[in-house]
Amino acid sequence: MSSQTVMSQDRMLHKANQIALNFAPYPEAQAIEKIAEHLKNFWTPPMREQLVAYVNSRPEGLHELAIKAVKNL
Amino acid sequence: MGECEIKELAQKLGVKTNRYGLEGKNHLSAAKDESNPYFTFDSSQCIVCSRCVRACEEVQGTFALTVEGRGFDSTIVASQGDSFLKSECVSCGACVQACPTGALLEKSTIEFGVGDKTVLTTCAYCGVGCSFKAEVKNKQVVRMIPLKDGKANAGHYCVKGRFAWGYATHPDRVRSPMIRSKITDPWREVGWDEALKYTAGEFRRLQEKYGRNAIGGIASARCTIEETFLVQKMVRACFGNNNIDNCARVCHSPTGYGLKTTLGTSAGTQDFASVEHADVIMVVGANPSAAHPVFASRMKKRLRDGAKLIVVDPRQTDLVQSPHIKADYHLALKPGTNVAILDAMSHVIVTEGLADEDFIRSRCDADGYALWKEFISDKRNSPEALAERTGVAAEDIRGAARLYATAGNAAIYYGLGVSEHSQGSVGVMCLANLAMATGNLGRTGVGVNPLRGQNNVQGSCDMGCFPHEFPGYRHVSDDGVRAIFEKEWGVTLDNEPGLRIPNMIDAAVMGQFKGLYIQGEDLAQSDPDTQYEAAGLKAMECVVVHDLFMNETAKYAHVFLPGASFLEKDGCFVNAERRINRIRKAVEPLGGKADWEATMGLAKAMGYDMHYNNPSEILDEIARTTPAFAGVSYKKLDELGSVQWPCNAAAPEGTPVMHIAHIVRNPGMFTLTEYVPTEEKTTPKFPLLLTTGRILSQYNVGTQTRRTGNTVWHDEDVLEIHPHDAEQRGIRGGDMVSLRSRKGDTCLRAVLSERLQPGIVYTTFHFADSGANVVTTEYSDWATECPEYKVTAVEVKPSNGLSSWQEEYKKDHA
Repeated sequence: MSSQTVMSQDRMLHKANQIALNFAPYPEAQAIEKIAEHLKNFWTPPMREQLVAYVNSRPEGLHELAIKAVKNL
Repeated sequence: MGECEIKELAQKLGVKTNRYGLEGKNHLSAAKDESNPYFTFDSSQCIVCSRCVRACEEVQGTFALTVEGRGFDSTIVASQGDSFLKSECVSCGACVQACPTGALLEKSTIEFGVGDKTVLTTCAYCGVGCSFKAEVKNKQVVRMIPLKDGKANAGHYCVKGRFAWGYATHPDRVRSPMIRSKITDPWREVGWDEALKYTAGEFRRLQEKYGRNAIGGIASARCTIEETFLVQKMVRACFGNNNIDNCARVCHSPTGYGLKTTLGTSAGTQDFASVEHADVIMVVGANPSAAHPVFASRMKKRLRDGAKLIVVDPRQTDLVQSPHIKADYHLALKPGTNVAILDAMSHVIVTEGLADEDFIRSRCDADGYALWKEFISDKRNSPEALAERTGVAAEDIRGAARLYATAGNAAIYYGLGVSEHSQGSVGVMCLANLAMATGNLGRTGVGVNPLRGQNNVQGSCDMGCFPHEFPGYRHVSDDGVRAIFEKEWGVTLDNEPGLRIPNMIDAAVMGQFKGLYIQGEDLAQSDPDTQYEAAGLKAMECVVVHDLFMNETAKYAHVFLPGASFLEKDGCFVNAERRINRIRKAVEPLGGKADWEATMGLAKAMGYDMHYNNPSEILDEIARTTPAFAGVSYKKLDELGSVQWPCNAAAPEGTPVMHIAHIVRNPGMFTLTEYVPTEEKTTPKFPLLLTTGRILSQYNVGTQTRRTGNTVWHDEDVLEIHPHDAEQRGIRGGDMVSLRSRKGDTCLRAVLSERLQPGIVYTTFHFADSGANVVTTEYSDWATECPEYKVTAVEVKPSNGLSSWQEEYKKDHA
């Protein structure tokens, strides 16, 4: 997995949390699936890789559903 | 000179002399009103037939003209006897068209006469897509007159399309390609071959050094579908990635996402004529009188005939109260609370038993509906729970919801006031939920309709100018779809989404994105958070601007390619009602090449030869590869005038109304639309909310309209502020004020306005030096990254100078 930084950490966290919050009203399993699907459909591989690398190192500041979704990627 | 119906009639009847002589009382000494930049009113030639008065009332709906006086003293006057310029006249020109004498006449006709050749074409301003006849004389367009059977405009038009086309021959037009190796170097004029060879060399160098994904392209929503199709083809087949986007990113990308998720198609559901059958019209976050004037006239006609009206907008727009029109409900919500208001309306409809359960059962996903019903019925979504947040009384929300659900045919029209928010996509899905819940889909008079901004923004989205979708809204990961294009284009295509415009800028700031081809878009002026945008553009090593004029983005460009105006090429535009309209070449391109030829040349210089003899061959390729366009050809468009997609074997003459037999997604999907407040909040330091919009006479960033007579109506952007907020700050109308957000500051002239509630200020972004986007923020729609232009926390203070950004701007433009 490459370690390209394609956006600032603040922007990445803000975007990922927004996605999680908007799917949060769904039952948890559905929400996680929808977040993962959204990331796959709209984020480039380097953007996703940057998020995965972040979650693997220290997932602070990231919505719980986003963390779970990233693990599904 | 021009046509004169009365003269022609007199000739036909053989009337040659005036049997009463000229000695008696007459009007021959009446003064001419030449105040309007485009037409004159010569009262001495007026026969007071009242056609102009009727046109202003019945067609345009402005009621600016009247007959003053009695008998022989009767004269036509504008407003209370003002000059045309000072009056309420919106300069649509309907009166000029109706005038049977030379009393109301275009100044261009007085100067140049009428054309000797006529070319049928389509207006290149907004998404209404009015049909026009361009009159050409001596290789120059001399007049644009409306096409009576144009399906989008039915013979009507506005000040922009009818009159403001002079930019096409403005001396500022760039006529030769230019290059420079550094953005601090002076430009060097070169031939097309050298410019394309230089660009190709740079792009390939950047790909070798930084990787295949280090470059991308932006297709112009101002260009044709053939041209935007070609740009995405170049990016995908020649650049070898999916880094292709278009300006819908910053306007209606949430419409694409929201309507596709719920209804299955990324477009409006109706044709414009449908509004004539609506019983209640709900306008959300849109000001059609200014931004889509020709459709506004059609809508106003229906409203004067008795349709009910709900306006959801923080500002008291023209529609809320205008001659013979008054909104039944104006929900003057706080900016950023659309989703709360629309959820509350749905709550009322569901909990008061107003939902159309039969429609839902037969056309919508049952599990999705059950989940949504439970969600929306929750007390947290009730008008009472959300009244304080939205600033709208619960009773008004209830009243509006009941009216929408019970008045008969309910039609929604919406604009960027819905999409340009942190929850833009959710706002769109709320509208689709409302329409599905009440059964207002699949027939004339109902529907969910985005009023789209650019002439061909619908088309550039249809043509796959998105990093995740091929033409026809098909995801890049779909193997079957890729196979169609791989076979057609002879290359292997990337199956992963590419970068959206904001992602390109992010990656550029991070040093990962290095080259960008920008066709007809001014990122530096139109995109939010100007200083960040500039940093991204500056970090790139090869920026190519392909435009009519040296725009703001060209400051950061290494290559400039002269674009061709809509009068200089053949092609099609797709308007907001999915209508595919032809544009036809009236004059030769000033810069030497139509835009499709330039793109073809660049791809060839990069080693990918895609050759077409003319745009009809590109349209044929679109038809071969994109099911919704399968039945479209120049031949068909010549025969029928226009068609609305889908146009295929099942609908050979197109589809005016969608979702008739079933919702295209089949079944329709209710989505959960939790109100998540934007993080952009007022604070003691920034206690006001800024929202942005447009004005009738100027168009978007003003590249075109600022170079026409339209500046007479609007020559600077101003800040509208409520008198209460102004008084607290010691601001008087006309004062220069500083407008500051956490992102930056700019200075504007203040205008006191009670169209807004206290706490909200408003401006437009038509002039680069007003710097509205220096103030807007990096926040964007969660799903599509469409910027949140409509909500920025600001402070306004008296000021006596320009902001530092403006000083810098002024220095650059000295």
